[in-house]
Amino acid sequence: MTNSIREIEGMDVLFIIGSNTKESHPVIANRMIKAYRRGARIIVADPRKVPMVKFADLFLRMRPGTDIALLNGIANVIVAEGLQNYDFIREKTAGFEEWKKTLEQFSPERVEQITGVPKEDIIKAARLYGGSRKAGIFYTMGITQHTCGTDNVRAIANLAVLTGNIGREYTGINPLRGQNNVQGSSDAACMPNVLPGYQRIDLPEIRQKFEAAWGVTIPPKPGLTATEMMDAAVEGRIKAMYIMGENPIITDPNMHHTTKALEGLDFLVVQDIFMTETAKLADVVLPAACSFEKNGTFTNTERRVQRVRKAVNPPGEARDDLSVIMEISRRLGYHMEYRSPEKVLEEYRQLWPAMGGITYGRLEGKGIQWPCPTPEHPGTEYLYKDGFPKGKVNFTPVSYNPPAELADKEFPFVLTTGRNLFQYHSGSMTRQVKAIEDHAGEPYVEISPEDGHTLGVSDGDVIRVISRRGEILIKARITRRVSAGTVFVPMHYREAAANALTNDALDPDVKIPEFKVCAVRLQTAS
Amino acid sequence: MSNTTVIRVCMGPGGIAAGGKEVLDTFEKCLSEKNIEASVRENCSSHQVGCMGLCARDVLVEVHANGAKTTYQYIKPDMVERIVTEHISGGRPVAEWLVDDAFSAFYKKQVKVVLSDVGKVDPEDIDAYIAAGGYESAREALTSWTPRDIIDEIKSSGLRGRGGAGFPTGLKWELGRASAGDTKYIICNADEGDPGAFMDRAVIEGNPHSVAEGMIIGAYAIGASKGYVYIRAEYPLAVERLKLALHQAADRGFLGTGIFGTAMDFDIEIKLGAGAFVCGEETALIASIEGQRGMPRPKPPFPVNRGLWQRPTVINNVETLANIPYIIRNGCSWYASYGTERSKGTKVFALTGKIRNPGLIEVPMGITLREIIYEIGGGIENDKSLKAVQTGGPSGGCIPASMLDLNVDYDSLARAGSIVGSGGMIVLDEDDCMVNMAKYFVHFTQTESCGKCVPCRVGTKRLLEILTRITRGEGKTGDIELLERLSAGVKAASLCGLGQTAPNPVLSNIRYFRDEFVAHVRDKKCPAKVCREMLTYRILEKFCKGCGACLRACPGGAITGAKKKPHVIDPGKCIRCGACFDVCRFKSVEKE
Amino acid sequence: MVKVRIDGKEIDVPGSITILETARRNDIYIPTLCHHPKLTPFGGCRLCIVEIKGMPRPVASCTTQVAEGMEITTSTDAIEDIRKLVLELILSDHPNDCMVCEKAGSCTLQDLAYAYGIRDNEFPGERRTYTTRDGNPFIERDLEKCILCGRCVKACDEIQGVEAIDFGYRGFKSKICTAYEEDLDCEFCGQCVAVCPTGALTGKAWKQQGRTGGLREVDTVCPYCGTGCNITVHVKRNEIVRITSAEDTANEGWLCVKGRFGYNFASSPNRLTKPLIKRDGVFVEAGWDEALDHITARLGEIKAQHGSDAIAGLSSARCTNEENYVFQKFMRAAVGTNNVDHCARL
Repeated sequence: MTNSIREIEGMDVLFIIGSNTKESHPVIANRMIKAYRRGARIIVADPRKVPMVKFADLFLRMRPGTDIALLNGIANVIVAEGLQNYDFIREKTAGFEEWKKTLEQFSPERVEQITGVPKEDIIKAARLYGGSRKAGIFYTMGITQHTCGTDNVRAIANLAVLTGNIGREYTGINPLRGQNNVQGSSDAACMPNVLPGYQRIDLPEIRQKFEAAWGVTIPPKPGLTATEMMDAAVEGRIKAMYIMGENPIITDPNMHHTTKALEGLDFLVVQDIFMTETAKLADVVLPAACSFEKNGTFTNTERRVQRVRKAVNPPGEARDDLSVIMEISRRLGYHMEYRSPEKVLEEYRQLWPAMGGITYGRLEGKGIQWPCPTPEHPGTEYLYKDGFPKGKVNFTPVSYNPPAELADKEFPFVLTTGRNLFQYHSGSMTRQVKAIEDHAGEPYVEISPEDGHTLGVSDGDVIRVISRRGEILIKARITRRVSAGTVFVPMHYREAAANALTNDALDPDVKIPEFKVCAVRLQTAS
Repeated sequence: MSNTTVIRVCMGPGGIAAGGKEVLDTFEKCLSEKNIEASVRENCSSHQVGCMGLCARDVLVEVHANGAKTTYQYIKPDMVERIVTEHISGGRPVAEWLVDDAFSAFYKKQVKVVLSDVGKVDPEDIDAYIAAGGYESAREALTSWTPRDIIDEIKSSGLRGRGGAGFPTGLKWELGRASAGDTKYIICNADEGDPGAFMDRAVIEGNPHSVAEGMIIGAYAIGASKGYVYIRAEYPLAVERLKLALHQAADRGFLGTGIFGTAMDFDIEIKLGAGAFVCGEETALIASIEGQRGMPRPKPPFPVNRGLWQRPTVINNVETLANIPYIIRNGCSWYASYGTERSKGTKVFALTGKIRNPGLIEVPMGITLREIIYEIGGGIENDKSLKAVQTGGPSGGCIPASMLDLNVDYDSLARAGSIVGSGGMIVLDEDDCMVNMAKYFVHFTQTESCGKCVPCRVGTKRLLEILTRITRGEGKTGDIELLERLSAGVKAASLCGLGQTAPNPVLSNIRYFRDEFVAHVRDKKCPAKVCREMLTYRILEKFCKGCGACLRACPGGAITGAKKKPHVIDPGKCIRCGACFDVCRFKSVEKE
Repeated sequence: MVKVRIDGKEIDVPGSITILETARRNDIYIPTLCHHPKLTPFGGCRLCIVEIKGMPRPVASCTTQVAEGMEITTSTDAIEDIRKLVLELILSDHPNDCMVCEKAGSCTLQDLAYAYGIRDNEFPGERRTYTTRDGNPFIERDLEKCILCGRCVKACDEIQGVEAIDFGYRGFKSKICTAYEEDLDCEFCGQCVAVCPTGALTGKAWKQQGRTGGLREVDTVCPYCGTGCNITVHVKRNEIVRITSAEDTANEGWLCVKGRFGYNFASSPNRLTKPLIKRDGVFVEAGWDEALDHITARLGEIKAQHGSDAIAGLSSARCTNEENYVFQKFMRAAVGTNNVDHCARL
């Protein structure tokens, strides 16, 4: 997030696209409701009538995978009506004129054709967002989990830059991170192409800094992303994997492909708190501590580094990940001797200036938001106050391409996937909670009343959902949340795994799979 | 003019209940029959009109012919034909059905302002109201007065809110005018809820246009563009007539855009209440219009600053608003010439209870209770003795017979521990138990409490429990003091007017009738012989003829006795229902 | 700025705040039950009444804003009598079973009854009784302990935007319920539980697991989504028995169903407790040394045979910053590959 969660309540317009905030980030939704009570106007763009729609002035019900058309269409209206921020464009951006030309093809009429959103609503959305100088955009995986995910994000950035809605309090671009420390994992560079703090691994001076600190030579070539690892494993290029706290069988697209990849490995280590579907395939399983059982820090979606404190001891012989990794490393001949997590952070902050001022001592209370370069620095509530890293920010022309797999005669429905309120991700934690299982323990597929009627499927019927990659048996839930032609399956349930169906087509830039759109057909089970 | 005949049939709440609709229909049927001369038929019209006042003698029918007014009482449909034949056609009034002297006494001390057209104009005909001068005040106000002029006029008239609290209307409008805001509202509070009160209902049913006109003038004075009438759904006829009146007014350009040819836009919307008493409280009423549960909100902020949808809102009662056209028409000094120094004008009361002439009356403020009860009301029913007069409903209190010369105005009643309230006036005689009376009102407020604040929700429940045990003969020493202390607490601590006034009937009854409470608690006796748990029924052997009527009436099988022999009540089986007492023709059943 | 006088003390306040807020900012105590700082004022419990010079009757300090020159008295004999009366009335319709109540120790009503020394009740009478009826696994509703302060109703509406519950019925029979007493259509966020001042709303799983005072409290961060809500974990011996969140946290004390009620996965009997090595397709328990030796040996072999880039590591967003840092350092420095990633894309 470029803003803080707190700032949400001061925004005048909230543009929520591809985020089921009320279910996936319920407490952020609380802030949005606070803004709503203050009089903020809310636009929700989503193929599904997500709960946030209750608070929306405008609900843009788009076809899955048509975000770019919608975003460009809105930008086009903003430019046509002169609502853009001229000063901001002049002073802080580059490439406006060229970009502007690419918008022309996105007339409201054409965008209506592509997205299914009435052109009047596109114009209204443009006037609402473009007419405000205190507007925030919020998105999650509904934007990123597409083959065009990177372009979706660029289209969002264009819109914010066009209106100057970034770099000030109460206005910005806010991807909401879906997992407690996904921000921190990225920051700490569990990523193949960067070193901690997003410092490029292909730059020698960066590598040298880390090599000096770590006393080793760091390979210069970027590694493989998670989804590429699976492909490489299938192809036999990856022979061994060490998986710490992940459950890719459930969370990766195309479950059969993932299973094949992991089964084909020579050696697989899984370190987890439960015997997950992934752990079952391992050669060695190590019992880990959960976050209630260890000390450390998490970084939330607003870049706030906060203390995690040990409340209970791990069960049996389970150990925290830190000590396990240090021990294996030692046995492999590389010594990492941190007496406590605090010592790790001490090293980390020396190597990443944005974290430079963050110490355990300063994290009592509400934590600190990076960048925080010095021990005196209070942390940073919103980004780009003093301009952009590269000086001027570029408008990036983005063209609309349909999703990799479209509904056709054979697979006439579009499947989109996501979370529900009660379960979490692969379910390895929440599905162990009896109350949650009692209340929301059963998988379901959301089908519109129209489609239910056509197919002769009633609420509660068990049906077969089939894609080119797999099929599941699942209960039908007839609901107006989805519109005709679209169905939704939550990702949490191994017994009817959405990812047995999803497409492993990737975004070419960042390798995110297209979880949000694939083609399926529905069959009555008997 | 002189050869036209007009028949007015009372179709106020009392008139309809007594069969006014059937009487009117019969008149119309009779008049259209062949044996009536054509000239009579052409020149005669029959109308429904609102409440004529003396509901006890409904159906009341007025015949205006040859410049004279004749009034008939207790008219039933089968009497109509004779009136038509003898009076309308023949010119000879039916003497034995005419009202008597007591009837004119009922009206003699009354002064009709709000009710001046009620009972005269057809409430469903805007032209009737216009012919009586209606909407002229609004036209004049909007075209030649400034809002300031109107506010000054109303202030000078001394009109105070007729809904209960008696807040000066002109001052409320002035505050509404001064309150900043682009959008303002005026609300007519027609959520009449006091048991026995039907003043507002009679005004709306009898002359809905006067309320609409009052609202138009009020809206102009404060700068409101939208009005609401919040009215009980239990008043379907009032709602229907009001709806019709608003349609008619809009058709004439009195409501809508550019009303009366001026630049002013004003509309009135009807909102139906679901019969919650607390919604008569203005902040609860606002919540209810907003679609929320009718629960009072704390004041301040007062509605006049932040009311409906957080906008400045003036809320006036029906009677208050219906006064406005007449004040504008006749001038403030005319209005102020009635009443007392601090309570000007007239007030409508619903006179009910043990009174000979129950009905709807309008009297100048300051009139004595004696005048109301003995002159207008004709005294106590069945020549019993007056015990007290209950005014102000569940928020009010009792005035004992000893204070009969009390002036009826805001201040005098307040000093006596009661209130004018919305205008309910219940006359009590020697057969009414004051503990039971207090229990009745507390039961009412307890079940109507919205539940929001503790003193009202739980406090009135405990008051009710204590009163209940006293009436059951289970009162404990100290209960009266406990009632007083709890009442004081509930009054002081409650959030809204409902709770703050709920203990009034208890406190006022204890104040004037403490002995009766003591008799209940200490002697386990109900002096008025009302509280049945404390009664014993006994058959007096010397009067009993053994007719068996009581035996047959007794639902508990407590009476035994052979035919023509004195009967006996088994006290163990007697449930003290009083059926034997009521049924005995020989006064041989005694209760004590 | 507005100048007011509270209990004789002159105070400058920025305008348009309530008397209660002014008092709290100046460490002047006024008792309340229905007021909650994060919710709009209600004015129902009447405990916070104060006297204002020139006003005919006491006013609720939670709903009355300060005005220039106001002279406020927060405690007089009359006021304290009313407060005591109100408390007695509440307690006259309360089970008073603090001995077995989950809320004992953190119950505002209990604290006030204690402070006012209310033992006997002058106004005993009928108590509301309800048959328990709830088909949800998260929230325990004991309506007999409900004092109708309305906090839950407001939290559900103003904070959560759900409006699952409201006041129903009238008079003594008033109660908090769903519309037409239909089944609860609820997100089970438990904000209502968080704001309830009595034992009327508690967590189902809390039952007899321990109460405030007898539990160890540890402040940490929620293990679920990226919002990073601050939570307080209540621990009995080595088990988590309750999760709450303080009002002064970044998330203002609000949580969701997972964060508030989804904690007992940690004590699940299905947790892994010993290293396991697969032998002939079957997992066999092993000691840590044995398991680590096995891992080291196999990774060493594969690295030697196929090179470092034949090995890949996946880390987790469930792990701490420190663990993630150490993991990628391990992959890069010890294994010698950049094949390291985590679940950000999933």
